[in-house]
Amino acid sequence: MDFTIEFDKQQIESIENILQEELIDLGVQSVILMDLAGNVIVNLENGDSSHDVYSLAALAAGNYGAVSAMANIIGEQEFSLLFHKGEEESIHFSKVVEDLLLLTIFNKNVSLGFLRLKVAEAIKRIQVLI
Amino acid sequence: MALINPKKKEVQVKIVYYGPGRGGKTTNLEYINKKFKKRIQNEMVTVKTYGDRTLFFDFLPFDIGEIKGHSIKVQLYTVPGQVKYNATRRLVLRGVDGLVFVADSMDLRREMNIRSLQNLKENLETFNKSIFNIPLVLQYNKRDLEEEGIPILSTDTLQRDLNSRLKAPSFAASAVKGDNVAATMKKIIALTVGSLRKKLE
Repeated sequence: MDFTIEFDKQQIESIENILQEELIDLGVQSVILMDLAGNVIVNLENGDSSHDVYSLAALAAGNYGAVSAMANIIGEQEFSLLFHKGEEESIHFSKVVEDLLLLTIFNKNVSLGFLRLKVAEAIKRIQVLI
Repeated sequence: MALINPKKKEVQVKIVYYGPGRGGKTTNLEYINKKFKKRIQNEMVTVKTYGDRTLFFDFLPFDIGEIKGHSIKVQLYTVPGQVKYNATRRLVLRGVDGLVFVADSMDLRREMNIRSLQNLKENLETFNKSIFNIPLVLQYNKRDLEEEGIPILSTDTLQRDLNSRLKAPSFAASAVKGDNVAATMKKIIALTVGSLRKKLE
């Protein structure tokens, strides 16, 4: 099936508010809400860094697809959560709804456990809106 | 389908270069990247294996200005052409808005072109899309090989093999030299953005 969620201005603003409150205020560097075609729907940054979000989203969509195919091979439907750890920065991926991903880029000052908790809360609030 | 952000007044359009392995899809993007450097803010992303073959895809984002008050961001992708990478090709096709089929003009590749086009048709069907009503441009690449004495297919033969039913716009091109690379890209952008115009009104 092809992907066709459309967002109006108000939805985008509400999603931005949620991501700001739950994640950027927590100290996360960058959040990207994207679809699996690689489109960026919402992107917020804390101002300390600027990433090439369009390329990141394109690669993240491919990566997520590849990992889902791996999941199928071992008999899982999908791996709904992915995490790549770097020395300074790390990336956390989480599925929001079918075809939508939330990407979070954060540094050592944010603990993974707390981040996961906040991502889960943000996703719960976003799901109500779409 | 293209993603429209009504808040930022921005449209993201996905265009995929498809075709048989070693046909010149990546070379098309490399040429565009070089030629239009000023308008491309980000680096071209490419996921390659040993031997310089595309493993996953190449990706090149491109700003083409405004249409009806919306800034248009075109995202050019290629797929890996090798037969064994079909799962990856399908992933890249997800959400595609426009397609360039890069055919290899070499005599030896005649069968490969036909098979790759058939594969495109089948992969589009898995997303409930038809090759007959998606914006599509054909490019007959490697026309320069003729000068080197390598046997190539005539454009008539290529038209008959690939375009007799599709009747898509087509270009004889040389991605290595840059002949008709920009023309191919401009055509597919015009067709794809044209198909969105109604939505933006």
